[in-house]
Amino acid sequence: MVEDDRGPVVEMEHVDKYFGDLHVLNDINLVVDKGEVVVVIGPSGSGKSTLCRTINRLESIDSGTIRIAGKTLPDEGKALAELRAKVGMVFQSFNLFAHKTVLENITLGPTKVRKTPTAEAKKRGMELLERVGVANQASKYPAQLSGGQQQRVAIARALAMNPMVMLFDEPTSALDPEMVNEVLDVMVSLVKQGMTMIVVTHEMGFARKAGDRVVFMSDGQIVETNTPDKFFTDPQTARAQDFLSKILTH
Amino acid sequence: MDRISQMLSDYNVLSAFWMTVQLTVWGALGALVLGTIVTVMRVSPVAVFSKAAAFYTNVVLYTPLTLIAFFFAFGVYMKMRISLVPLSSPHVTHSFLMGVVALAVYHSSLVAESLRSGINTVPAGQAEAARAIGLDFGQSLREVILPQAFRGSIAPLGNTMIALCKNTTVVATIGVAESALVMKEMIEMYADLIVPIFVIMATGFVILTLPLGLVFTWWSKRAAVLR
Ligand SMILES: Nc1ncnc2c1ncn2[C@@H]1O[C@H](COP(=O)(O)OP(=O)(O)OP(=O)(O)O)[C@@H](O)[C@H]1O
Ligand SMILES: [Mg+2]
Repeated sequence: MVEDDRGPVVEMEHVDKYFGDLHVLNDINLVVDKGEVVVVIGPSGSGKSTLCRTINRLESIDSGTIRIAGKTLPDEGKALAELRAKVGMVFQSFNLFAHKTVLENITLGPTKVRKTPTAEAKKRGMELLERVGVANQASKYPAQLSGGQQQRVAIARALAMNPMVMLFDEPTSALDPEMVNEVLDVMVSLVKQGMTMIVVTHEMGFARKAGDRVVFMSDGQIVETNTPDKFFTDPQTARAQDFLSKILTH
Repeated sequence: MDRISQMLSDYNVLSAFWMTVQLTVWGALGALVLGTIVTVMRVSPVAVFSKAAAFYTNVVLYTPLTLIAFFFAFGVYMKMRISLVPLSSPHVTHSFLMGVVALAVYHSSLVAESLRSGINTVPAGQAEAARAIGLDFGQSLREVILPQAFRGSIAPLGNTMIALCKNTTVVATIGVAESALVMKEMIEMYADLIVPIFVIMATGFVILTLPLGLVFTWWSKRAAVLR
Protein backbone atom coordinates (compact mmCIF):
# COMPACT_ATOMS: atom_id res chain seq x y z
CA MET A 1 0.00 0.00 0.00
CA VAL A 2 2.76 2.48 0.81
CA GLU A 3 6.20 2.87 -0.71
CA ASP A 4 8.47 2.64 2.33
CA ASP A 5 7.98 2.25 6.05
CA ARG A 6 9.47 5.34 7.63
CA GLY A 7 10.45 8.83 6.71
CA PRO A 8 8.59 11.93 5.68
CA VAL A 9 5.58 11.62 3.38
CA VAL A 10 5.21 15.35 2.74
CA GLU A 11 8.06 17.86 2.82
CA MET A 12 7.61 21.56 2.16
CA GLU A 13 10.76 23.68 2.08
CA HIS A 14 10.75 27.47 1.85
CA VAL A 15 7.51 27.46 -0.10
CA ASP A 16 6.26 30.83 -1.30
CA LYS A 17 3.13 31.63 -3.22
CA TYR A 18 1.59 34.88 -4.36
CA PHE A 19 -1.84 35.75 -5.68
CA GLY A 20 -0.89 38.98 -7.41
CA ASP A 21 0.54 41.13 -4.65
CA LEU A 22 -0.86 38.96 -1.89
CA HIS A 23 1.78 36.78 -0.24
CA VAL A 24 -0.51 33.81 0.52
CA LEU A 25 2.22 31.37 1.54
CA ASN A 26 5.25 32.92 3.14
CA ASP A 27 8.31 30.70 3.58
CA ILE A 28 6.37 27.59 4.59
CA ASN A 29 8.42 24.73 6.05
CA LEU A 30 6.52 21.64 7.03
CA VAL A 31 7.47 17.99 7.29
CA VAL A 32 4.80 15.35 7.83
CA ASP A 33 6.02 11.88 8.75
CA LYS A 34 4.34 8.65 7.90
CA GLY A 35 1.36 8.00 10.16
CA GLU A 36 1.40 11.52 11.50
CA VAL A 37 -1.75 13.63 11.79
CA VAL A 38 -1.20 17.35 11.41
CA VAL A 39 -4.05 19.74 12.16
CA VAL A 40 -3.87 23.14 10.47
CA ILE A 41 -5.67 25.97 12.22
CA GLY A 42 -5.84 29.68 11.54
CA PRO A 43 -8.06 32.64 10.78
CA SER A 44 -9.98 32.95 7.52
CA GLY A 45 -7.72 33.99 4.66
CA SER A 46 -4.54 32.87 6.41
CA GLY A 47 -3.70 30.44 3.57
CA LYS A 48 -4.79 27.07 4.98
CA SER A 49 -6.66 25.96 1.88
CA THR A 50 -3.89 27.19 -0.38
CA LEU A 51 -1.35 25.20 1.65
CA CYS A 52 -3.40 22.04 1.19
CA ARG A 53 -3.92 22.68 -2.50
CA THR A 54 -0.25 23.18 -3.24
CA ILE A 55 0.52 19.71 -1.88
CA ASN A 56 -1.21 18.03 -4.83
CA ARG A 57 -0.53 21.00 -7.05
CA LEU A 58 -4.07 22.16 -7.54
CA GLU A 59 -2.19 25.42 -6.97
CA SER A 60 1.32 25.98 -8.31
CA ILE A 61 4.00 27.57 -6.11
CA ASP A 62 6.32 30.45 -6.93
CA SER A 63 9.41 29.21 -5.11
CA GLY A 64 10.55 26.49 -2.74
CA THR A 65 10.22 22.72 -2.94
CA ILE A 66 7.46 20.25 -2.21
CA ARG A 67 8.27 16.54 -2.05
CA ILE A 68 5.89 13.61 -1.69
CA ALA A 69 7.59 10.45 -0.40
CA GLY A 70 10.92 12.01 -1.31
CA LYS A 71 9.94 12.87 -4.88
CA THR A 72 9.70 16.49 -5.99
CA LEU A 73 6.23 17.39 -7.31
CA PRO A 74 6.30 17.19 -11.12
CA ASP A 75 5.18 20.28 -13.04
CA GLU A 76 2.51 18.91 -15.32
CA GLY A 77 1.37 15.96 -17.33
CA LYS A 78 1.28 12.24 -16.67
CA ALA A 79 3.79 12.27 -13.81
CA LEU A 80 1.75 14.86 -11.93
CA ALA A 81 -1.48 12.93 -12.46
CA GLU A 82 0.20 9.79 -11.12
CA LEU A 83 1.38 11.61 -8.05
CA ARG A 84 -2.00 13.20 -7.40
CA ALA A 85 -3.51 9.73 -7.41
CA LYS A 86 -1.40 8.97 -4.33
CA VAL A 87 -2.53 12.06 -2.47
CA GLY A 88 -6.15 11.85 -1.35
CA MET A 89 -8.09 15.08 -1.09
CA VAL A 90 -11.35 15.81 0.68
CA PHE A 91 -12.98 19.16 -0.04
CA GLN A 92 -15.19 21.34 2.10
CA SER A 93 -17.95 21.14 -0.52
CA PHE A 94 -17.55 17.38 -1.16
CA ASN A 95 -17.29 17.79 -4.96
CA LEU A 96 -18.72 14.36 -5.72
CA PHE A 97 -19.19 13.82 -9.45
CA ALA A 98 -22.79 14.91 -9.86
CA HIS A 99 -23.58 12.76 -12.90
CA LYS A 100 -22.27 9.51 -11.44
CA THR A 101 -23.77 7.24 -8.81
CA VAL A 102 -22.11 6.90 -5.44
CA LEU A 103 -20.41 3.65 -6.44
CA GLU A 104 -19.32 5.08 -9.82
CA ASN A 105 -17.76 8.00 -7.95
CA ILE A 106 -15.59 5.51 -6.09
CA THR A 107 -14.66 3.29 -9.04
CA LEU A 108 -13.83 6.03 -11.55
CA GLY A 109 -10.30 6.64 -10.27
CA PRO A 110 -9.29 2.99 -9.87
CA THR A 111 -10.64 1.95 -13.28
CA LYS A 112 -9.32 4.93 -15.27
CA VAL A 113 -6.08 5.76 -13.48
CA ARG A 114 -5.03 2.36 -12.14
CA LYS A 115 -6.78 0.29 -14.84
CA THR A 116 -8.30 -1.95 -12.18
CA PRO A 117 -10.86 -4.33 -13.73
CA THR A 118 -14.40 -3.01 -13.17
CA ALA A 119 -15.61 -5.99 -11.15
CA GLU A 120 -12.67 -5.73 -8.78
CA ALA A 121 -13.05 -1.96 -8.45
CA LYS A 122 -16.74 -2.39 -7.63
CA LYS A 123 -16.04 -5.02 -4.99
CA ARG A 124 -13.45 -2.86 -3.32
CA GLY A 125 -15.71 0.18 -3.73
CA MET A 126 -18.49 -1.58 -1.85
CA GLU A 127 -16.06 -2.51 0.92
CA LEU A 128 -15.04 1.13 1.27
CA LEU A 129 -18.66 2.29 1.29
CA GLU A 130 -19.34 -0.31 3.96
CA ARG A 131 -16.43 1.08 5.95
CA VAL A 132 -17.77 4.65 5.85
CA GLY A 133 -21.32 3.44 6.47
CA VAL A 134 -23.09 4.35 3.22
CA ALA A 135 -23.10 1.02 1.37
CA ASN A 136 -26.91 1.11 1.21
CA GLN A 137 -26.72 4.31 -0.90
CA ALA A 138 -24.40 2.89 -3.57
CA SER A 139 -26.74 3.29 -6.53
CA LYS A 140 -28.02 6.77 -5.65
CA TYR A 141 -26.79 10.05 -7.10
CA PRO A 142 -24.88 12.45 -4.82
CA ALA A 143 -27.70 15.01 -4.79
CA GLN A 144 -29.95 12.40 -3.16
CA LEU A 145 -27.64 12.08 -0.13
CA SER A 146 -27.30 14.21 2.99
CA GLY A 147 -24.18 16.34 3.36
CA GLY A 148 -22.70 13.97 5.92
CA GLN A 149 -23.25 10.99 3.65
CA GLN A 150 -21.76 12.84 0.68
CA GLN A 151 -18.65 13.71 2.63
CA ARG A 152 -18.23 10.11 3.76
CA VAL A 153 -18.51 9.02 0.12
CA ALA A 154 -15.88 11.64 -0.78
CA ILE A 155 -13.56 10.11 1.82
CA ALA A 156 -14.17 6.65 0.38
CA ARG A 157 -13.47 7.99 -3.13
CA ALA A 158 -10.09 9.28 -1.98
CA LEU A 159 -9.32 6.04 -0.11
CA ALA A 160 -10.05 4.00 -3.24
CA MET A 161 -6.75 5.21 -4.69
CA ASN A 162 -4.80 3.85 -1.70
CA PRO A 163 -3.29 7.26 -0.97
CA MET A 164 -0.07 7.76 0.98
CA VAL A 165 -1.51 10.84 2.59
CA MET A 166 -4.97 12.35 2.93
CA LEU A 167 -5.62 16.09 2.79
CA PHE A 168 -8.81 17.39 4.41
CA ASP A 169 -9.80 21.01 3.81
CA GLU A 170 -12.45 21.90 6.39
CA PRO A 171 -14.31 18.64 5.77
CA THR A 172 -17.08 19.37 8.26
CA SER A 173 -17.63 23.11 7.97
CA ALA A 174 -20.29 22.85 5.26
CA LEU A 175 -22.27 20.31 7.30
CA ASP A 176 -25.29 20.70 9.52
CA PRO A 177 -24.16 20.29 13.14
CA GLU A 178 -25.85 16.91 13.59
CA MET A 179 -23.79 15.47 10.74
CA VAL A 180 -20.38 16.65 11.84
CA ASN A 181 -19.71 13.70 14.10
CA GLU A 182 -20.46 10.98 11.57
CA VAL A 183 -17.70 12.43 9.37
CA LEU A 184 -15.27 13.00 12.24
CA ASP A 185 -15.83 9.40 13.37
CA VAL A 186 -14.76 8.13 9.95
CA MET A 187 -11.68 10.35 10.11
CA VAL A 188 -10.77 9.13 13.59
CA SER A 189 -11.04 5.55 12.38
CA LEU A 190 -8.57 6.40 9.59
CA VAL A 191 -6.19 7.84 12.14
CA LYS A 192 -6.43 4.61 14.14
CA GLN A 193 -5.46 2.66 11.03
CA GLY A 194 -2.32 4.75 10.75
CA MET A 195 -3.23 7.01 7.84
CA THR A 196 -1.00 10.04 7.33
CA MET A 197 -3.24 13.10 7.36
CA ILE A 198 -3.18 16.87 7.02
CA VAL A 199 -6.45 18.28 8.30
CA VAL A 200 -7.58 21.88 8.10
CA THR A 201 -10.27 22.14 10.76
CA HIS A 202 -11.47 24.16 13.69
CA GLU A 203 -12.91 21.07 15.37
CA MET A 204 -10.94 21.18 18.57
CA GLY A 205 -12.29 17.88 19.80
CA PHE A 206 -10.87 16.15 16.74
CA ALA A 207 -7.55 17.99 17.00
CA ARG A 208 -7.11 16.94 20.62
CA LYS A 209 -8.29 13.37 20.16
CA ALA A 210 -6.57 12.53 16.88
CA GLY A 211 -3.97 15.17 16.12
CA ASP A 212 -0.26 14.67 16.72
CA ARG A 213 0.56 18.26 16.00
CA VAL A 214 -1.23 21.56 15.52
CA VAL A 215 0.13 24.02 12.98
CA PHE A 216 -1.19 27.54 13.45
CA MET A 217 -1.20 29.78 10.37
CA SER A 218 -1.65 33.50 10.13
CA ASP A 219 -1.10 35.80 7.14
CA GLY A 220 0.46 33.04 5.07
CA GLN A 221 2.99 32.03 7.70
CA ILE A 222 3.26 29.11 10.08
CA VAL A 223 3.33 31.06 13.30
CA GLU A 224 3.25 28.27 15.86
CA THR A 225 3.61 24.49 15.96
CA ASN A 226 2.78 22.48 19.03
CA THR A 227 1.02 19.42 20.41
CA PRO A 228 -2.76 19.91 20.47
CA ASP A 229 -2.96 19.99 24.26
CA LYS A 230 -0.22 22.59 24.65
CA PHE A 231 -1.53 24.65 21.75
CA PHE A 232 -5.06 24.90 23.10
CA THR A 233 -4.17 25.37 26.77
CA ASP A 234 -1.00 27.41 26.49
CA PRO A 235 -0.55 29.13 23.12
CA GLN A 236 2.86 30.77 22.82
CA THR A 237 2.31 33.56 20.33
CA ALA A 238 0.08 36.61 20.67
CA ARG A 239 -1.62 35.84 17.36
CA ALA A 240 -2.55 32.33 18.45
CA GLN A 241 -3.79 33.60 21.82
CA ASP A 242 -5.90 36.20 20.07
CA PHE A 243 -7.31 33.64 17.62
CA LEU A 244 -8.12 31.09 20.32
CA SER A 245 -9.79 33.69 22.52
CA LYS A 246 -12.10 34.41 19.58
CA ILE A 247 -13.07 30.84 18.79
CA LEU A 248 -13.26 29.73 22.43
CA THR A 249 -15.67 32.41 23.58
CA HIS A 250 -18.62 30.69 21.88
CA MET B 1 -56.51 22.06 -57.46
CA ASP B 2 -55.59 20.60 -60.83
CA ARG B 3 -52.72 23.05 -61.21
CA ILE B 4 -51.41 22.12 -57.80
CA SER B 5 -51.34 18.42 -58.57
CA GLN B 6 -49.88 19.27 -61.96
CA MET B 7 -47.12 21.22 -60.22
CA LEU B 8 -46.48 18.47 -57.69
CA SER B 9 -46.05 15.97 -60.49
CA ASP B 10 -43.64 18.35 -62.27
CA TYR B 11 -41.53 18.92 -59.19
CA ASN B 12 -40.55 16.25 -56.70
CA VAL B 13 -41.12 18.13 -53.46
CA LEU B 14 -40.62 15.02 -51.35
CA SER B 15 -37.20 14.28 -52.77
CA ALA B 16 -36.27 17.94 -52.27
CA PHE B 17 -37.16 17.63 -48.60
CA TRP B 18 -35.28 14.35 -48.44
CA MET B 19 -32.25 16.33 -49.61
CA THR B 20 -32.93 18.87 -46.82
CA VAL B 21 -33.03 16.03 -44.31
CA GLN B 22 -29.72 14.62 -45.56
CA LEU B 23 -28.07 18.04 -45.45
CA THR B 24 -29.36 18.48 -41.90
CA VAL B 25 -28.22 15.08 -40.65
CA TRP B 26 -24.73 15.16 -42.17
CA GLY B 27 -24.28 18.83 -41.42
CA ALA B 28 -25.30 18.27 -37.80
CA LEU B 29 -22.94 15.31 -37.40
CA GLY B 30 -20.06 17.30 -38.84
CA ALA B 31 -20.90 20.35 -36.72
CA LEU B 32 -21.05 18.27 -33.53
CA VAL B 33 -17.69 16.59 -34.21
CA LEU B 34 -15.94 19.82 -35.28
CA GLY B 35 -17.57 21.83 -32.49
CA THR B 36 -16.50 19.31 -29.84
CA ILE B 37 -12.90 19.34 -31.11
CA VAL B 38 -12.88 23.14 -31.09
CA THR B 39 -14.30 23.18 -27.54
CA VAL B 40 -11.70 20.73 -26.26
CA MET B 41 -8.99 22.92 -27.77
CA ARG B 42 -10.63 26.02 -26.32
CA VAL B 43 -10.52 24.75 -22.73
CA SER B 44 -7.14 23.02 -23.03
CA PRO B 45 -4.30 24.37 -20.91
CA VAL B 46 -2.15 24.76 -24.04
CA ALA B 47 -2.37 28.47 -24.89
CA VAL B 48 -1.79 28.00 -28.64
CA PHE B 49 -4.73 25.62 -28.90
CA SER B 50 -7.12 27.73 -26.91
CA LYS B 51 -6.18 30.91 -28.82
CA ALA B 52 -6.56 29.16 -32.17
CA ALA B 53 -9.95 27.75 -31.13
CA ALA B 54 -11.18 31.14 -29.93
CA PHE B 55 -10.03 32.72 -33.20
CA TYR B 56 -11.76 30.05 -35.28
CA THR B 57 -15.01 30.32 -33.31
CA ASN B 58 -15.18 34.09 -33.60
CA VAL B 59 -14.27 34.27 -37.28
CA VAL B 60 -16.79 31.60 -38.24
CA LEU B 61 -19.48 32.91 -35.90
CA TYR B 62 -19.41 36.37 -37.44
CA THR B 63 -19.18 35.31 -41.09
CA PRO B 64 -22.44 34.85 -43.01
CA LEU B 65 -23.23 31.27 -43.95
CA THR B 66 -23.66 32.27 -47.59
CA LEU B 67 -20.04 33.45 -47.73
CA ILE B 68 -18.84 30.22 -46.16
CA ALA B 69 -20.90 28.20 -48.64
CA PHE B 70 -19.50 30.18 -51.61
CA PHE B 71 -16.01 29.83 -50.19
CA PHE B 72 -16.23 26.04 -50.13
CA ALA B 73 -18.32 25.54 -53.27
CA PHE B 74 -16.44 27.87 -55.59
CA GLY B 75 -13.34 29.13 -53.82
CA VAL B 76 -11.93 25.89 -52.53
CA TYR B 77 -12.83 23.99 -55.65
CA MET B 78 -11.93 26.52 -58.33
CA LYS B 79 -8.85 28.05 -56.78
CA MET B 80 -7.36 25.09 -55.03
CA ARG B 81 -8.66 22.45 -57.36
CA ILE B 82 -9.77 20.33 -54.46
CA SER B 83 -12.77 18.18 -55.10
CA LEU B 84 -13.71 15.62 -52.54
CA VAL B 85 -15.73 13.52 -54.95
CA PRO B 86 -15.01 12.32 -58.43
CA LEU B 87 -16.93 14.70 -60.66
CA SER B 88 -18.68 11.77 -62.23
CA SER B 89 -19.95 10.29 -58.97
CA PRO B 90 -23.62 9.52 -59.45
CA HIS B 91 -24.66 9.58 -55.80
CA VAL B 92 -22.84 12.41 -54.10
CA THR B 93 -22.47 15.66 -55.96
CA HIS B 94 -19.73 18.17 -55.39
CA SER B 95 -22.23 20.83 -54.35
CA PHE B 96 -23.96 18.50 -51.89
CA LEU B 97 -20.68 17.69 -50.21
CA MET B 98 -19.56 21.31 -50.12
CA GLY B 99 -22.99 22.24 -48.78
CA VAL B 100 -22.53 19.75 -45.93
CA VAL B 101 -19.02 21.04 -45.24
CA ALA B 102 -20.21 24.65 -45.19
CA LEU B 103 -23.11 23.81 -42.86
CA ALA B 104 -20.83 21.79 -40.59
CA VAL B 105 -18.17 24.49 -40.39
CA TYR B 106 -20.63 27.32 -39.83
CA HIS B 107 -22.64 25.53 -37.14
CA SER B 108 -19.56 24.11 -35.43
CA SER B 109 -19.01 27.60 -34.01
CA LEU B 110 -22.52 27.59 -32.57
CA VAL B 111 -22.01 24.08 -31.20
CA ALA B 112 -18.72 25.21 -29.63
CA GLU B 113 -20.42 28.19 -28.00
CA SER B 114 -23.23 25.96 -26.70
CA LEU B 115 -20.77 23.46 -25.24
CA ARG B 116 -18.68 26.23 -23.71
CA SER B 117 -21.72 27.73 -22.03
CA GLY B 118 -22.45 24.21 -20.77
CA ILE B 119 -18.91 23.87 -19.43
CA ASN B 120 -19.32 27.14 -17.60
CA THR B 121 -22.29 25.66 -15.74
CA VAL B 122 -20.08 22.85 -14.33
CA PRO B 123 -18.72 23.95 -10.94
CA ALA B 124 -14.93 24.32 -10.74
CA GLY B 125 -14.88 21.80 -7.88
CA GLN B 126 -15.81 19.01 -10.30
CA ALA B 127 -12.64 19.51 -12.34
CA GLU B 128 -10.55 19.81 -9.17
CA ALA B 129 -11.95 16.59 -7.75
CA ALA B 130 -11.23 14.87 -11.07
CA ARG B 131 -7.63 16.06 -11.07
CA ALA B 132 -7.26 15.22 -7.40
CA ILE B 133 -7.95 11.52 -8.00
CA GLY B 134 -5.31 11.48 -10.72
CA LEU B 135 -7.31 11.85 -13.93
CA ASP B 136 -5.32 13.64 -16.62
CA PHE B 137 -6.71 16.51 -18.69
CA GLY B 138 -8.33 14.31 -21.32
CA GLN B 139 -9.84 11.93 -18.78
CA SER B 140 -11.22 14.77 -16.65
CA LEU B 141 -12.83 16.24 -19.73
CA ARG B 142 -14.23 12.94 -21.00
CA GLU B 143 -15.38 11.43 -17.74
CA VAL B 144 -16.42 14.41 -15.67
CA ILE B 145 -16.65 17.78 -17.42
CA LEU B 146 -18.10 17.08 -20.88
CA PRO B 147 -20.88 14.71 -19.76
CA GLN B 148 -22.11 17.38 -17.33
CA ALA B 149 -21.45 20.23 -19.75
CA PHE B 150 -23.44 18.39 -22.39
CA ARG B 151 -26.49 18.33 -20.14
CA GLY B 152 -26.34 22.06 -19.73
CA SER B 153 -25.86 22.43 -23.48
CA ILE B 154 -28.82 20.36 -24.68
CA ALA B 155 -31.21 23.31 -24.96
CA PRO B 156 -28.81 25.61 -26.89
CA LEU B 157 -27.67 22.62 -29.00
CA GLY B 158 -31.32 21.99 -29.88
CA ASN B 159 -31.68 25.59 -31.06
CA THR B 160 -28.51 25.17 -33.11
CA MET B 161 -29.87 22.02 -34.77
CA ILE B 162 -33.16 23.75 -35.64
CA ALA B 163 -31.23 26.71 -37.04
CA LEU B 164 -29.11 24.28 -39.05
CA CYS B 165 -32.18 22.61 -40.53
CA LYS B 166 -33.57 25.96 -41.63
CA ASN B 167 -30.16 27.19 -42.82
CA THR B 168 -29.89 24.28 -45.26
CA THR B 169 -31.94 26.54 -47.58
CA VAL B 170 -28.84 28.73 -47.98
CA VAL B 171 -27.03 26.00 -49.91
CA ALA B 172 -29.65 26.35 -52.64
CA THR B 173 -27.36 29.20 -53.72
CA ILE B 174 -24.61 26.74 -54.56
CA GLY B 175 -26.99 24.59 -56.55
CA VAL B 176 -28.02 21.79 -54.18
CA ALA B 177 -31.43 20.56 -55.22
CA GLU B 178 -33.00 20.94 -51.82
CA SER B 179 -36.37 22.38 -50.88
CA ALA B 180 -35.60 26.10 -51.29
CA LEU B 181 -34.21 25.58 -54.78
CA VAL B 182 -37.25 23.56 -55.80
CA MET B 183 -39.48 26.22 -54.26
CA LYS B 184 -37.76 28.90 -56.34
CA GLU B 185 -38.24 26.87 -59.51
CA MET B 186 -41.89 26.18 -58.71
CA ILE B 187 -42.57 29.88 -58.13
CA GLU B 188 -41.03 30.68 -61.49
CA MET B 189 -43.28 28.22 -63.31
CA TYR B 190 -46.43 28.59 -61.23
CA ALA B 191 -46.36 32.20 -60.07
CA ASP B 192 -50.12 32.19 -59.50
CA LEU B 193 -49.73 29.42 -56.90
CA ILE B 194 -47.35 31.40 -54.72
CA VAL B 195 -49.53 31.06 -51.62
CA PRO B 196 -50.05 27.28 -51.83
CA ILE B 197 -46.36 26.84 -52.63
CA PHE B 198 -45.41 28.82 -49.54
CA VAL B 199 -47.84 26.85 -47.37
CA ILE B 200 -46.54 23.52 -48.67
CA MET B 201 -42.89 24.41 -48.11
CA ALA B 202 -43.43 26.06 -44.74
CA THR B 203 -45.41 23.03 -43.57
CA GLY B 204 -42.55 20.81 -44.68
CA PHE B 205 -40.10 22.74 -42.51
CA VAL B 206 -42.46 22.76 -39.54
CA ILE B 207 -42.79 18.98 -39.87
CA LEU B 208 -38.99 18.72 -39.74
CA THR B 209 -38.19 21.25 -37.01
CA LEU B 210 -41.12 20.96 -34.62
CA PRO B 211 -40.32 17.37 -33.54
CA LEU B 212 -36.65 18.39 -33.22
CA GLY B 213 -37.66 21.17 -30.86
CA LEU B 214 -39.94 18.89 -28.84
CA VAL B 215 -37.29 16.18 -28.53
CA PHE B 216 -34.61 18.61 -27.35
CA THR B 217 -36.95 20.29 -24.85
CA TRP B 218 -37.96 16.91 -23.42
CA TRP B 219 -34.34 15.76 -23.33
CA SER B 220 -33.04 18.86 -21.58
CA LYS B 221 -35.79 18.62 -18.94
CA ARG B 222 -34.96 14.97 -18.36
CA ALA B 223 -31.24 15.69 -18.01
CA ALA B 224 -31.99 18.48 -15.55
CA VAL B 225 -33.84 16.01 -13.32
CA LEU B 226 -30.94 13.56 -13.42
CA ARG B 227 -28.42 16.14 -12.31
N1 LIG C 1 -7.53 31.94 -6.77
C1 LIG C 1 -7.25 32.99 -5.99
N2 LIG C 1 -6.95 34.20 -6.52
C2 LIG C 1 -6.68 35.25 -5.75
N3 LIG C 1 -6.66 35.22 -4.42
C3 LIG C 1 -6.95 34.06 -3.81
C4 LIG C 1 -7.27 32.89 -4.56
N4 LIG C 1 -7.52 31.87 -3.70
C5 LIG C 1 -7.36 32.41 -2.47
N5 LIG C 1 -7.02 33.70 -2.52
C6 LIG C 1 -6.73 34.58 -1.39
O1 LIG C 1 -5.65 34.01 -0.70
C7 LIG C 1 -5.80 34.15 0.70
C8 LIG C 1 -5.70 32.80 1.36
O2 LIG C 1 -6.80 32.01 0.95
P1 LIG C 1 -7.10 30.58 1.53
O3 LIG C 1 -8.34 30.10 0.87
O4 LIG C 1 -5.90 29.74 1.43
O5 LIG C 1 -7.40 30.91 3.06
P2 LIG C 1 -7.97 29.97 4.18
O6 LIG C 1 -7.03 30.06 5.32
O7 LIG C 1 -8.28 28.63 3.65
O8 LIG C 1 -9.32 30.72 4.57
P3 LIG C 1 -10.73 30.11 5.00
O9 LIG C 1 -10.66 29.79 6.44
O10 LIG C 1 -11.68 31.27 4.73
O11 LIG C 1 -11.01 28.95 4.13
C9 LIG C 1 -7.15 34.83 0.91
O12 LIG C 1 -6.91 36.21 1.14
C10 LIG C 1 -7.87 34.64 -0.39
O13 LIG C 1 -8.72 35.71 -0.65
MG1 LIG D 1 -10.06 27.56 3.28
